[in-house]
Amino acid sequence: MSHSTVPSSIKVSPPPVELERAPLVENNRSLGWISDTVANVIEQKTPLWWKVLFAVSSTTAILVPVGLIYLITTGVGVWGLNNPVAWGWAIVNFVWWIGIGHAGTLISAILCLLRQKWRTSINRASEAMTIFAVMCAGIFPAVHVGRVWFAWWLFPIPNANAIWPQFRSPLLWDVFAVSTYFTVSLLFWYMGLIPDLATMRDRFRKGASKLIKPSQKLINKFAQFMYGLFSMGWTGSNRHWRNYEKAYLLLAGLSTPLVLSVHSIVSFDFAVSQLPGWHTTIFPPYFVAGAVFGGFAMVMTLMIPLVSLYKGLEELITIRHLEVMSKIILVTGSIVGYAYGMEFFIAYYGGNPYELYAFKNRAFGDYAWSYWWMISCNVISPQFFWFKWCRTNPWFIWIVCGFVNIGMWMERFVIVVTSLHNDFMPANWGYYSPTWVDMMTYFGTFGFFMTLFLLFVRFLPLIAIAELKGVTPQADPHHPLGGAKH
Amino acid sequence: MNSIDEYKIPYGIMAEFENAADTMHAAEKIRDEGYTIWDVHSPFPVHGMDDAMGLGNSNVGWFTFFGGLLGFTGGMIMIWYMNSFDYDIPVGGKPNFSPMGNFPVAYELTILLGAFGTLFGMFFLNKLPRHHNPLLKNLRFADATHDKF
Repeated sequence: MSHSTVPSSIKVSPPPVELERAPLVENNRSLGWISDTVANVIEQKTPLWWKVLFAVSSTTAILVPVGLIYLITTGVGVWGLNNPVAWGWAIVNFVWWIGIGHAGTLISAILCLLRQKWRTSINRASEAMTIFAVMCAGIFPAVHVGRVWFAWWLFPIPNANAIWPQFRSPLLWDVFAVSTYFTVSLLFWYMGLIPDLATMRDRFRKGASKLIKPSQKLINKFAQFMYGLFSMGWTGSNRHWRNYEKAYLLLAGLSTPLVLSVHSIVSFDFAVSQLPGWHTTIFPPYFVAGAVFGGFAMVMTLMIPLVSLYKGLEELITIRHLEVMSKIILVTGSIVGYAYGMEFFIAYYGGNPYELYAFKNRAFGDYAWSYWWMISCNVISPQFFWFKWCRTNPWFIWIVCGFVNIGMWMERFVIVVTSLHNDFMPANWGYYSPTWVDMMTYFGTFGFFMTLFLLFVRFLPLIAIAELKGVTPQADPHHPLGGAKH
Repeated sequence: MNSIDEYKIPYGIMAEFENAADTMHAAEKIRDEGYTIWDVHSPFPVHGMDDAMGLGNSNVGWFTFFGGLLGFTGGMIMIWYMNSFDYDIPVGGKPNFSPMGNFPVAYELTILLGAFGTLFGMFFLNKLPRHHNPLLKNLRFADATHDKF
C-alpha cells in the first residue's frame, strides 16, 4: 500500500505502551555487539563447568555401546521384552526422542513461514537439538529389529533371496520418514550455519595478527581452515543472499509438511495395527501435538541454564522468548489433554468392548501409576502457564518443563505397554518391567545427547547471528536506527 | 588494502558503508548508472536490496521443483518395480501396488530430493563453494560479515 492512499487528515496514533512488544534484542545493541556476544561463547577460554559437564556426559555416553554390545551378543531378551509385551522401553524411547526433535523443526520451519521473528534467537540451538535427538532416537529401532546384522533389509536393497522390502508396512514408512527427517534437518541446519561460519572465519582471520604464541597461531590457523572450509567461501554478497533467502524459504516450506508427516507416520506404526488402544484415527494429530509439546519443553530445559551461564545471552534470549514458548506449551499441552479425553470418549461411544477395556485398564489397571503420572505432568502442570508470573519466571518454567519431559515419556509408555500387556486372551496377560540393560542404555543416550550438544555450544555459533541481525531495527534501511534519513 | 596490491590488475573497487540505508541508496545510484558487474556485501540480507540492485526473482525454486518431482515419481516407480514387477509380495490380500499405500514413502522422497535440490541449487546458482576469492584477501573486507556493508 502506498502512502498516497491514506489521506493526511487521518492520524494513526502509536499503540499504548502496554501493548508494545518487548524488543527481540534488548538495549538496542549494535550489529557488531550481536556477533561479538555470540562469538564470545566460542572464543572465550573453555569454562570449567563445560569441562565438568563434558566429562560427565561423555562418560555416561559409554553406557550406550556397552548396553548394545551386551544386548547384541546375548539377545533381545536382556531388554525385558517377552510376550505379550514385545515393544518395551526401546520403542518408548524412540518415540520420545524423535518427538523432542519436532520442536526444532517447528521453530525453524513453521515459525519461519509464519514470520515469527522471535524464532531467530532460538532456532539454531533447537535445530541442533533436533538432529542430536533424532540420532538418539535412531539407535533404538535399529537395534530393536532383533538380529541387527539384518537391519539393512530395511533399505531398498534386495536381500540374499532377491526379495525387496515390503512397502505396505508402516514400519518401512517409518524408516523413510525418520531418515528423511534427519537428512533434511541436517541440510537446513547446515545452510543456516553458512553465513555464521563465514563470520567466525573472518573473526579468526582478523584476530590472527594479534597472536604471539605458536600454539595459539596454530589453533587460529586450524579454526580459520575449518570455518573457512564449511562456510564455502561465503562473502555476504547480495547476489548470493538473494538465492540463499529463497532457498531458506523453500527449505522451510519443505520441512513444514515433513515435520507434520514424521510423527504422523510414527503414529501409523501403532494406528495401522489392529490392537485396541492403538487402532485409533486420532493418533496422527495427537502425536504431532504431543511431539511439539515435549520438544518445546526440552528446548527450554536446555536454553534456560545456557542463558544463565553465558554473559550477554540474556539480552538475546529474553523473557519474551520464554513467555512465548510457555504459551506454546500451554496450547499444545491442552491439545494433548483434549486428545486423552477424546480417546476415552470414543472408546466408550464406539461401543467396542475391547477398546473400552483397554482404556479402563490404562486408567485403573496394573499400570494406573503411569497413566496418572502422564495426566499430572502433561495436562495439569502446563496449566500454570495461564498466569503471567509462571510464564516469565525462568526457574519456574524450567521445573514445569522437567515435568513435561517426564510426562511425555510416560505417555509413550502408557500407549506402548498398557495396550500390549492385557491383550485379547486373558491367558496371555502379563506385567512388563524393564531390566537394568534397558535403563542403562536409555540413560546412556542422555550422555550421548549432551555430549553432542556441548560440542555444538563450544564450537558452533549457538545463535543464528546473521538472521538475528536481520530482525533488529538497526538492520532495517527504512528505520532511523538503520540509517534512514526521513 | 595491502594484499590487493599483489595483483597486477586491480580485482575491483570497494566502498565501505556504515549502515543499511546508505548502502541501499548507493546501490540504487549504481543500478541507475547501468553497471553490470558489481555487488553489495552485507552481514545479513537487507530487505529491499534486491530491488535496489535491480535483481529479479531467484531461480532456486526450479531446482526444488524438479528435485521434488524426481523424488515423487522415482519413489513410486521404485516401489512399483520392487513390490509389483520384479518380485511380487502379496500381503493380506492388498494390491501389490496401490498409490495410497505407497504414498508415505514417495512423499518423504519428494521432500528429501526437493531439499537436496534446494541446497545444491543454491550452491550452483551462487557458484559456491569458492574457497579462493580475491575479496577475502582483504582484511578490512572481513567486516562485511560483522557490522559493515
